Amino acid sequence: MSQISTESYHAPDPSEAISIRDVTIQFGKFRAVDRVSFDVHPGEIFGLLGPNGSGKTTLIRALCGLLHLPEGEASVFGMNVRTQAETIRETIGYMSQKFSLYADLTVQENMDFYAGIYGLSRGLAKRRQSELVELTGLSPYLNRMASKLSGGWKQRLAMVCSLMHGPRLVFLDEPTAGVDPVARRELWDLLFQLAARGITLFVTTHYMDEAERCGRVGYLYLSKLLALGTPNQLKSMENITPEGTHRYEIAGGTAAEVLDRLRTRSGVREATIFGQAVHALIDDEVHLDDLRKQGLIVREAEPNLEDVFVMLARARKKEEGQS
Amino acid sequence: MNFPAWQRTRFIAYKEMLHILRDPQTLFFTLFIPLAEMFLLGFAINTNVRDVRTVVVDFCNTQESRMLIEQFENSGDFMVVSHFQSEDAVTAAIVAGKAQVGIIIPSDFSQKLEAGQQSPYALLVDGTVSSIASAAINVGNALALRLSLEHGQNGQSHRQPVVEVRPHVLFNPDTRSANFFLPGLMVVIAQMMATVLSATAIVREKESGTLEQFYMTPVRRSEVVFGKLIPYVALTMIEFCIMMLVMRLVFSVPIVGPVVNLLALLLPFTLTMLSFGLLISTKAETRDAAGQMAMGTIIPSIFLSGYVFPVDSMPYGFKIVAQFIPTTWLIDASRGIILRGTDWNALWLHALVLWSMATAAICVAAIRMKKSVA
Repeated sequence: MSQISTESYHAPDPSEAISIRDVTIQFGKFRAVDRVSFDVHPGEIFGLLGPNGSGKTTLIRALCGLLHLPEGEASVFGMNVRTQAETIRETIGYMSQKFSLYADLTVQENMDFYAGIYGLSRGLAKRRQSELVELTGLSPYLNRMASKLSGGWKQRLAMVCSLMHGPRLVFLDEPTAGVDPVARRELWDLLFQLAARGITLFVTTHYMDEAERCGRVGYLYLSKLLALGTPNQLKSMENITPEGTHRYEIAGGTAAEVLDRLRTRSGVREATIFGQAVHALIDDEVHLDDLRKQGLIVREAEPNLEDVFVMLARARKKEEGQS
Repeated sequence: MNFPAWQRTRFIAYKEMLHILRDPQTLFFTLFIPLAEMFLLGFAINTNVRDVRTVVVDFCNTQESRMLIEQFENSGDFMVVSHFQSEDAVTAAIVAGKAQVGIIIPSDFSQKLEAGQQSPYALLVDGTVSSIASAAINVGNALALRLSLEHGQNGQSHRQPVVEVRPHVLFNPDTRSANFFLPGLMVVIAQMMATVLSATAIVREKESGTLEQFYMTPVRRSEVVFGKLIPYVALTMIEFCIMMLVMRLVFSVPIVGPVVNLLALLLPFTLTMLSFGLLISTKAETRDAAGQMAMGTIIPSIFLSGYVFPVDSMPYGFKIVAQFIPTTWLIDASRGIILRGTDWNALWLHALVLWSMATAAICVAAIRMKKSVA
């Protein structure tokens, strides 16, 4: 598969966990999703990135059959999203960006409700629940009201409820938004455990470190899929660090000062602060010896995913402006 | 209903019940406020006339004139608060609002009575409160008639037949307003309760984001509708029973017909109102908006259902509109069953109409429910 996947396929691939072909979703005049095509392989952790309003949630809703699909084809495990939505919903789990369980019910009652809704028998519900409670460590909180849980535990409860019916695919729509870093890492540990069990995970996020953890990443911008590939593939895309330029990390001085100086210089295409250092995309003919002489450390650097997405977004915006 | 569908419905209903029980404050107000309204309206909206403040000028001051005044007092409707010496004083007292009725007996009252002549006495009535006015005039006429008949009998006109007026009002012999108002009021309160409860039921889940999660499951719209309706049907019908109890025990309104018949008609009515509330909640985005929209539907049905103004005396167009309001049918049935003991010979039409309305409302709610997700 190519790194940049903008070409059209013919038909959805039934062997894939998710297969989307030329899907376009329009709300009035606004095109929320514009001719998007991609596959999600069974068992992978697929990350979908993109700014707010880029169409991520819309795409998930369409895949769950909650939105009518006006154009294009999409299938989940070979099931047609248009005609088999109800069966699809039996095989998928969904966890939203907002805590969306019943705050006035206890952890146990929330679990019981979802077990009931998914039609689990009493015995199976019990087995599943104890298994998931063990996996997530929720056991001390079973009789606590969901409203009284901290953010991280709420997310785990949401996770447990979305896994109650043993789905083969779980959509996680910005699952870590507003969760502290420790809880975030723990949630990702949990996701890796699920992936190890063969569950396909479709995650949307704003966090670059989370994107790095995904097996493959798609970048949705202004309703279009701009890139698709492993994090490493994306970083080595040629238009991210164009020919005749290099990426540098400049450390040692006051980052804000260094940034100001770099930005006024011709040949510096991009500069941004990253921690204590400045990351910059600079033409090869620009000499940086004066910086070195002042005691700054100038190192060649790899682009990170943020660089990739910023470059892609700029290029796309420019294109849009021209057309 | 197949097994998984019933299981899902049952779990939704159980969950909804937990929501109700977990919020004791709302539950308390849900159950208590209607009763408070009932007490308030039951006592306050009292068109009966009692102890009307009355002033008297007795220019005659004979046994007959005193007897006439006594009869006024004995009726229980009038309470003589003071005696005056001039007509002007009576008028002034009424204008000042100190009295609502004035009785003026002329000096030749007994004389004319003795002589068998027409013997008038004046009754001044404050017309600002129409119910009091009409009651006062009625009583005054009745007493005058009785008195003149008595004298006619004792005097020379033996040939004339003895006429005795026996006022008799059907079904509500005391013309007690509680009997008229409460059977309708209960229906109106049940409507408010059902509509508002269910109007907030879906919106609450919209606001908390749980609805989206909920719809990601294989749950079907009819299951959501029924699962949400069941606990609220129970709650509304329980409240209605409590209200009937209060009506019977506190306001002493007799219940002539079987209560079961009324409950049998209350069920489709409640279902209609709850479905209507669900419909509102698919439209509204916040609980406040849902509450407003619910009130918006309740107010016209209060005025057009015959709860306040009789449907028969409405203009033709409104009469037609009233037939499409479920409240009209249940209020009619409620008054019929409670006050007159109306049976199924007359009530079958109410049942047919209310069940048709319920079926239609449930179907529309279920259809709208699906669309609301997108």
